[in-house]
Amino acid sequence: MAKLIELVGISKSYDGEKVIDSMNLYIRDKEFITLLGPSGCGKTTTLRIIGGFETADEGKLYFDGVEISDVPAHKRQVNTVFQKYALFPHLNVYENIAFPLRLKKVKENEIRERVTEMLKMVALVGFENKSVSTLSGGQQQRVAIARALISHPRVLLLDEPLGALDLKLRKDMQVELKNIQQAIGITFVYVTHDQEEALSMSDTVVVMADGEIQQIGTPTDIYNEPKNAFVADFIGESNIVDGVMLADKKVRFASHTFDCVDGGYAKNEAVDVVVRPEDIDVVSPEAGMLTGLVTSVTFKGVHYEIIVDIKGFKWMIQSTDYVAPEATIGIYIEPDAIHIMKKSKYSGMFGDYSSFSDEIDQLSDADTAEEF
Amino acid sequence: MKNKKSLLHSISAAPHIFWAVLFIVVPLIIVIFYAFTVQNPDGSYTFSFSNIASLPDYISIFGLSLELSVIATAVCLVVGYPLAYIMARSKPKTQKILVMLLMLPMWTNLLIRTYSLMAILDNNGILNQLLGTSFQIVGTKGAVIFGMVYDFLPYMVLPIYTCLSKIDKYMWEAAADLGCDTPKTLVKVILPLSRSGIISGVTMVLVPSIRTFSISQKLGGGTFELIGDTIERQFVTGALNVGAAISLVMMVLILISLTIMNKFGDSEDGGIIV
Repeated sequence: MAKLIELVGISKSYDGEKVIDSMNLYIRDKEFITLLGPSGCGKTTTLRIIGGFETADEGKLYFDGVEISDVPAHKRQVNTVFQKYALFPHLNVYENIAFPLRLKKVKENEIRERVTEMLKMVALVGFENKSVSTLSGGQQQRVAIARALISHPRVLLLDEPLGALDLKLRKDMQVELKNIQQAIGITFVYVTHDQEEALSMSDTVVVMADGEIQQIGTPTDIYNEPKNAFVADFIGESNIVDGVMLADKKVRFASHTFDCVDGGYAKNEAVDVVVRPEDIDVVSPEAGMLTGLVTSVTFKGVHYEIIVDIKGFKWMIQSTDYVAPEATIGIYIEPDAIHIMKKSKYSGMFGDYSSFSDEIDQLSDADTAEEF
Repeated sequence: MKNKKSLLHSISAAPHIFWAVLFIVVPLIIVIFYAFTVQNPDGSYTFSFSNIASLPDYISIFGLSLELSVIATAVCLVVGYPLAYIMARSKPKTQKILVMLLMLPMWTNLLIRTYSLMAILDNNGILNQLLGTSFQIVGTKGAVIFGMVYDFLPYMVLPIYTCLSKIDKYMWEAAADLGCDTPKTLVKVILPLSRSGIISGVTMVLVPSIRTFSISQKLGGGTFELIGDTIERQFVTGALNVGAAISLVMMVLILISLTIMNKFGDSEDGGIIV
């Protein structure tokens, strides 16, 4: 697939604070790409630069091989679904969707045809004459999508479009958006702070933090082969411990030497070791590679979330078998469950569950939902 | 909504109701009473339509009032909208200063402002002295319209500014995103969205300019009689009944036109309630 959009050395500052730091990224034609990151990581700014609502301080933006850094928003073959929908309150559903066509002076019967087609696609037939202010959030969202797609853009930009919807509706819309993207076969650039949303919808995920790209890859790559502690922690749950590479496929952490599948590090190089909680097996203390004391057990429906204290480091284990709190258990880790990462500036900041709390997690989620 | 109002509610509403009855309802009844009666020589009043019947004599005066105030309102709109737009688009700090500057003249008495305008525009006034000419400005329709515009412009700018500043920045971006350049954004999106502000502004300028008498007296140089002047003259000369009749008809006309204008306004927000 050909490169459709390319960002070369893009930087942007607000009031002297760097939001995006010399970013390079290309977006292929017809792909579903997601910019994922916490609040303030620069993902929305990146999207706004592509949309033409912000101008980069440095760097160049190419569209289909042509530089468009200074092309105004209304001349770009890109349309946007805004976080707050931004429907025109003075127009009804039909006129909102027809708006871009009316600007282009498209013939009345063609407008009718295309609007009807769009209404069918977003399942809003019969809503033509309704005022947009009477619609629910999900319906407004659909109108916004229809309005953005009616002029057949090459790229659709979506800025946390599902942020304001409730969980059930969000799941439905995720599936629907993916279906629409595949049906019309154009590029979707999606911005979200919700890692689950990113993993389930995207062809490519771009993980961002502090105005820099941390990792680009398919959802499976990002999850299985995180590049640094930030990515490992942000995508899913991770135990991240300090380790030392003794040799290729030999790593020592938690005072035990493990077999692993990674290599190519210097002898005795300090590394970050990631073990996903679902990849840890609970065994009897005698059979365990490591032993520890269970400090808390939480029932999560599908599995139990077990926090184990192993030599002062709190590990998280997800297991379908119940273990009693205060019990001493052994744990067993398969070689291919161990993922080795180079040390980064995020080392030591994440991956220990000693201060872990669901509540804090949710608080920070609510925080990021405020961002736009 | 609770049907039963608490005692506290009734007590706290009482002063307002008393005020409204004493200063709005009672005077209105008095106006209606005078409008439909004539005073007999012995001081008693009898019911009569003669005041209303005499009104066609004033049609030309009313027409002139309407003409001047409509022109003044149109000028206010043409001058005021861009000003309101510039204000709404400037930085928050600048906005505060601009609103302040706009409000400042309103703190000075309208009569005093009109007098100073007279001093500037007079045949031997400051303007003519500066130019070394002796144009006649005071006494022309233009001077009266200028006076109206000068006095009532803030009432046009403020509601439009309020309305424009409430428009979400995403509206601009959405319009641009869908293919509007700046002029098209203004015409297709911003103008329709500021309709309620325009209607409020037009109302707030048209109504006071149609009933004004001080401006026409001072700047009209005695050559113009507007409907406000007529009403004033009736009351000053003691012809209370005819004055009341004209006032009443004016009120009814304003009420009708406001109702029509509000029909064009947004039903949800803005506009002023009749």
